[in-house]
Amino acid sequence: MSDLNIQRRRFLKTTLGATAIAIAPGILLFDMAHGKVEAVSGKVRWGMLIDTANCADGCNDCVTACNKENGLSGGLSPTDAQWIRKIEIKDMSSGRTQSLPMMCQHCAEPPCVDVCPTGASFKRADGIVLVDKHRCIGCRYCMMACPYKARSFVHEPLHDQNPDVPRGKGTVEGCTLCVHRVDNGQQPACAEACPNKSILFGDLNDPESEISRRVRAVSSTQVRADLKLNTGVRYQGL
Amino acid sequence: MLKLVAALMALCCIASAGATENYGMPKLDIGKGGQCVKDTQWMRKNHMHVLLHQRDETVHKGIREEPQSLKNCIECHASLKDNSVIAREDSFCVGCHRYEAVKIDCFECHADKRKSAWLQRTAK
Repeated sequence: MSDLNIQRRRFLKTTLGATAIAIAPGILLFDMAHGKVEAVSGKVRWGMLIDTANCADGCNDCVTACNKENGLSGGLSPTDAQWIRKIEIKDMSSGRTQSLPMMCQHCAEPPCVDVCPTGASFKRADGIVLVDKHRCIGCRYCMMACPYKARSFVHEPLHDQNPDVPRGKGTVEGCTLCVHRVDNGQQPACAEACPNKSILFGDLNDPESEISRRVRAVSSTQVRADLKLNTGVRYQGL
Repeated sequence: MLKLVAALMALCCIASAGATENYGMPKLDIGKGGQCVKDTQWMRKNHMHVLLHQRDETVHKGIREEPQSLKNCIECHASLKDNSVIAREDSFCVGCHRYEAVKIDCFECHADKRKSAWLQRTAK
């Protein structure tokens, strides 16, 4: 090997080493200075049980609360974001009608995550399905893949967002199960706002939680259970 | 060779430390100010790496309310006059970024105001 090559190699080695020494302590110091808060774990699986028998016709409180919490306009045009909507269903043969809220079902096997080309659509360890808007390119594949029409695209520039809920033009968004509230030990805004307490939020993995007990005791269904997505949101009395 | 590299690096450090005390730096409205992550000089050079790291921790792992979160930066550094970090020429983020000609797109999605200011506005 020529002398020049050896010198070059030595130079690269020393500079690389020096860079590593310069950067490493910074990263380490952070972890030490701030006693790391626990990351979300797969021991928990957040879910909801919605009692459709108690859900009143014409009541829109969950939708209003969601709009207020997340800074949605509340408009109903095709370009307005809707994270939760009230739908009326009717059995044509018997004429029985029901009213229920429909939003992201937080599937265990989410199709929106399967189709995302950038890895922006992801499922958190605790079962909440989210969009990492830093990585979202706005292709809207996830909107097409979702059987529940749960996602919206932001068409217009936005201002004055909730500091806890960043939203911006050119990205896809949907129900986050109010992840910023859940991380602080609160309930999602819709569950808190329901006047009939028809939305029960809790940990499906904890056998002692109220939601687990109810799911064990009463008959509940997943919407489009045939797709085997194992939704986190279940409906009672459907 | 080794000595030469070391000497060069030391020289670089001294030069960069000196340059920032130059006349002509933008005057910033630092809001409440204070230091909760690292010293000013370190933050000037490295805040973007810290924010990038914290952003993934928050979005993917749910680790919130850390000193190095964007929300916490805004809490102390938003102007006391208008609660914002980007509203005026001398606002905390805008002042330097305009001087350095580096465009920031954080605030196309993130709020540039304190949470308290947002709560006040939405309560109306």
